[in-house]
Amino acid sequence: MEKFTTHTGVGVPLRRSNVDTDQIIPAVYLKRITRTGFEDALFAAWRGDADFILNKDEYKAGSVLVAGPDFGTGSSREHAVWALKDYGFKVVIASRFADIFRGNSGKQGLLAAVVSQENIELLWKLLEAEPGKEITVSLEDRTVTCGELTVPFEIDDYVRWRLMEGLDDIGLTLQHEDEITEFEKTRASWRPQTLPAKHLPSVHIEAARPVDA
Amino acid sequence: MGTTLAEKLWTSHLVRKGEDGAPDLIYIDLHMCHEVTSPQAFEGLRLAGRQVRRPDLTIATEDHNTPTLDIDLPIADETSRKQVNKLRENAAEFGIRIHSLGDADQGIVHVVGPQLGLTMPGMTVVCGDSHTSTHGAFGALAFGIGTSEVEHVLATQTLPLKPFKTMAINVNGTLPKGSTAKDIILAIIAKIGTGGGQGYVLEYRGDAIRALSMEARMTICNMSIEAGARAGIIAPDDTTFEYVKGRPHAPEGEDWDAAVEYWRTLTTDDDAVFDTEVDLNAADLEPFITWGTNPGQGLPLSANVPSPEDFAEEADREAAANALEYMGLTPGTPFRDIPIDTVFLGSCTNGRIEDLRAAAAIIQGREKAPHTRMLVVPGSARVRLQAEAEGLDKVFLDFGAEWRNAGCSMCLGMNPDQLKPQERSASTSNRNFEGRQGKGGRTHLVSPLVAAATAVRGTLSSPDDLVDAPAALV
Repeated sequence: MEKFTTHTGVGVPLRRSNVDTDQIIPAVYLKRITRTGFEDALFAAWRGDADFILNKDEYKAGSVLVAGPDFGTGSSREHAVWALKDYGFKVVIASRFADIFRGNSGKQGLLAAVVSQENIELLWKLLEAEPGKEITVSLEDRTVTCGELTVPFEIDDYVRWRLMEGLDDIGLTLQHEDEITEFEKTRASWRPQTLPAKHLPSVHIEAARPVDA
Repeated sequence: MGTTLAEKLWTSHLVRKGEDGAPDLIYIDLHMCHEVTSPQAFEGLRLAGRQVRRPDLTIATEDHNTPTLDIDLPIADETSRKQVNKLRENAAEFGIRIHSLGDADQGIVHVVGPQLGLTMPGMTVVCGDSHTSTHGAFGALAFGIGTSEVEHVLATQTLPLKPFKTMAINVNGTLPKGSTAKDIILAIIAKIGTGGGQGYVLEYRGDAIRALSMEARMTICNMSIEAGARAGIIAPDDTTFEYVKGRPHAPEGEDWDAAVEYWRTLTTDDDAVFDTEVDLNAADLEPFITWGTNPGQGLPLSANVPSPEDFAEEADREAAANALEYMGLTPGTPFRDIPIDTVFLGSCTNGRIEDLRAAAAIIQGREKAPHTRMLVVPGSARVRLQAEAEGLDKVFLDFGAEWRNAGCSMCLGMNPDQLKPQERSASTSNRNFEGRQGKGGRTHLVSPLVAAATAVRGTLSSPDDLVDAPAALV
């Protein structure tokens, strides 16, 4: 993962609350088996609308998304984070994030910065008054700066440290492999295991057919 | 001071306490996989030269992409077929048990786990799917994870996590006939909002919850995520033990006794304190539906389409206006007058045998509204077999409904079962997001009883609206 210290880029005001992950990336795009190449899928349903903010030239190169509360609700799809990243977003700013989305962002190096709704409104006004205006996000100082305005943001200390160091979670956990092995020895023997597989007798399943056929 | 059930489950799975702000390392007892959120995780393992640490605590099923017709033919959609094939290849390469399309144990991952007896009280259960919260109905700490976390669990059988906050949802009183677990959870989400549960494990408590069957409890826990919660949980009791007993992976003999003895300790202590508490009187509930484009935008079926002006907050007014436009609804219209094109009975929320029985009891001997289509999709192949053994398939087919094979189906637009633009559904699934059931599709979330009555009348309806009260409600 790349280290994240500060980022400066075009701010995109997205005046919507409850932007769920089905809006960020519709399910039809989840069939891919790669980890990249999702930029075309971002906000796919909305991008068909000429008035949608990312269809306006000034905002097309956006890399800092400023959204309404409860961003990223719904499905656990990490594809939502990949789509934002693949499009070019480095930071999403909102007053509240859904837990799974925020977790996924942290794993993938997308900064989910929590800013009060009051300050979001100020950022929206600045970005709308001057389309294409840049925002600077400093993870070091935990601040968002847009022109004369500088506002603080919140982020979990540990996530911040990991992002700044660019560290991978699995590697960190495997440093404690001995402790995992010790824990496994304490598990009750009746805890279920999927293998060897147990199930009721296998039966042939009839295929349903189209009604018209 | 005592501890809550969620805290007990956390402590009993603690491999390592985090220091200096680092998260705790939590052991995972069961990891379920499906084709959509796992390919990139397996690819990550391969690239790093890592193995699956515990294939014997991992299981995979095919559900999201799979068709519910012609399941013996190759999957027609090429990208879907590729993704399903990738899961099969990954399962073979890493030695993971898989139940593929056509197998009697295939089905929606959250229906299959409990049915095999793999979900038990006191466990930690994860899956790359937000509706993993379903398994909390057994008194397990169960939650959805992203693909990076799927890879993490495959490699280490653990997850680094920060402790969750705890919220008690106390539901007391007797649920009126015609109202169901679905109405309870829709009412809870409407009350606390789609963000109200953020950061929390919701523990559903109270005599109305105790009175529910396991399947009804699964419906409630399933939709915890729609309130933004990490997980939902219900303390196990005799109802739980009865449900688990005798299932393929349930402990036997002395192991069973030891397990039950432990499971009985899995309750919130009387003197434990929750971070937040919410109360709901079940006796006040009536059939509930959603009118908007998030699951918090719900009202009783007896109400009318709201107006944006009804909302105090500017953000809510805007959200309501957007939702009404997308849904094609006019404020003031009685919900009961809204015509429905398609009724969908199924999903991990309401695709179990009790849901099918409840709907069948309503429609038995009645005729389907001519312009309304009804799709009945069992949550798993075993649910389908059970329903057929009880003759429910005949009831649905005689009524004019379509009787399908198991899968996620119309809950999400990833397989052939989709709404057309502006087509309106009454759906027993869990999400009414824009485009969730197909681009431009309009979704009203409902209970299986409302779904069945709606298919009879062709407009949003409850069983009370039917001529001759259904036998099931008398």
